[in-house]
Amino acid sequence: MKRLGGVQKHYYLMLLPGMVWLVMFSIVPMFGIIMAFQNYNPGQGLLRSEWVGLENFKYMFQLNDSIPVLINTFIIAVGKIVFNLLVPLIFAILLNELRSMRYKKWVQTVVYLPHFLSWVIMATIVIGIFGYYGVANTVVKAFGGHPQLFMADAGIFRQIVIGTDVWKEFGYNAIIFLAALTGVNLNLYEAAAIDGANRWRLIWHVTLPALSTTVVLLGVLSLGNVLNAGFDQVYNLYNPLVYSTGDILDTWVYRLGLQNLQFSLATAAGLFKSVISFVLIYVSYRLAYRFADYTVF
Amino acid sequence: MVRNRTLGSRTFEITNVILLGLLLLSCLYPLWYTFCVSISNKAAANAGLVTIYPIGFSLTPYQEIINDKLFLNSFWISIQRTVLGTAFSMLVTVLMAYPLARPNREFKMRNTFMWILVFCMLFNGGLIPWYLTVQHYHLINTIWALVLGGGVPIFNVILIMNFFRNLPKDMNEAAVVDGGGPWSILFRVYIPCSVPVLAAVALFISVYHWNEFFNGLVLMNTSDKYPLQTYIQQLVVNIPVGTSLTPEQYKKLSELSNRTLNAAKVFIAMVPMLLVYPFLQKYFVSGIMLGAVKE
Repeated sequence: MKRLGGVQKHYYLMLLPGMVWLVMFSIVPMFGIIMAFQNYNPGQGLLRSEWVGLENFKYMFQLNDSIPVLINTFIIAVGKIVFNLLVPLIFAILLNELRSMRYKKWVQTVVYLPHFLSWVIMATIVIGIFGYYGVANTVVKAFGGHPQLFMADAGIFRQIVIGTDVWKEFGYNAIIFLAALTGVNLNLYEAAAIDGANRWRLIWHVTLPALSTTVVLLGVLSLGNVLNAGFDQVYNLYNPLVYSTGDILDTWVYRLGLQNLQFSLATAAGLFKSVISFVLIYVSYRLAYRFADYTVF
Repeated sequence: MVRNRTLGSRTFEITNVILLGLLLLSCLYPLWYTFCVSISNKAAANAGLVTIYPIGFSLTPYQEIINDKLFLNSFWISIQRTVLGTAFSMLVTVLMAYPLARPNREFKMRNTFMWILVFCMLFNGGLIPWYLTVQHYHLINTIWALVLGGGVPIFNVILIMNFFRNLPKDMNEAAVVDGGGPWSILFRVYIPCSVPVLAAVALFISVYHWNEFFNGLVLMNTSDKYPLQTYIQQLVVNIPVGTSLTPEQYKKLSELSNRTLNAAKVFIAMVPMLLVYPFLQKYFVSGIMLGAVKE
């Protein structure tokens, strides 16, 4: 037992750098949350600023744009959750049906690629394609239409955001389904085929059930993301013309806080998001544990 | 696999091959398009004539970039940041993962630390408190803000920890019998046995550092301190945020941009990723699987 005690000292030593970082960059900022309950004045600091209780939260919900921002966030996030589950699922099933292994490898390699490029790069490209002088409009003109300002059209901005996100991530998101498919017993296909199942029936009765647990698990775990609509993407794609449908909590907090310098208000909005997300993630982990035996550690 | 060569089955197969081919092209085309715009004639590119192949040929944008101090500078900052940031995160992550992979009876405080980690992973103070904290440490405008900002991705700690826990226990016992202390067991037994996970995590961290633009935008006050992605972001999204704008003004603004030059810059920013991608491919697939599947 004495030896074990000596070893513990080394364990603490190993944890030290990480814990110091965690305290400095994660735990210390948490104390800044009290700003949300103050009328924070940078000159007076956290300790001497005036306390206002829940005023910032009340004021936040009275602002004209807070409710639309919440709605946008929710619609974009839920749209992404649904399509980022469906499209990769269908893609994985189709890929699994390919006979040529070489072709399959090629497809896989290429579709993973966009995941590794940043939203700064991707947004530049998306704006290049859907911009006034982009390819999309060249096609529109070729069919005799009038060029559109796609990126400045609030009516389709959410669709563009959801669509481009699904396009960027579908290959990468399919990896987990493909992995689940490698575990399927090939005899099941054999048996079903002997029973007279055609291609569709094989997919319906063998492939899909094999993926159902993974789908449920991913669906449950994505619950925590209903307020995460993707800052990087929206920030790089949007412009003042599409704020009405494209502004999300994170971009709103950024403009409120770092551009309009309303520290307390932005912190309150951020806290609102953090608390709801925390509760949702906690619930989703519990559900995942109950239904799929999934644990984080 | 069963082969039933019915007409329906053949039609399905052909449609499937074509459909997947289109998806493949949809992922390649944007990159190809950017490349085409970058080497096309400026006037043709500005008029939107470039679609599937370059029109005219000009390397002027690339010549301009070679002389663009700010661009090269931000490229260099991104390289430094990626190397330093990855080294820092990997070291700290591995050092944390080892003690946390010990069973409870061997490391008594394990669960306490684990709860702290998970709490910090799921909850944060939000943008403003984080920004003011970093400012308080006087890290603004230094490369350390970018290096440390990436810090310790807790999910990666958990991923490596889970991998360590699945290594055979006998290995650890044998090393103890041979007189190994925690440090030598970690560096001479565990790390050599975990190369695939470590490679995957290193890949995730370095891709994060290469792609990250927000910390660069917020924590650097002058454009000569910007990493590459922030520099590029400034080129394209130069509409003053918060001002009102009419569609007509938006159109005018997009006319002003130098499309060939911007495309060339974007293409160069992609090159490092495109170069390392083929070599890293085999690691990230196993990487996300390790994160997802656990005994």
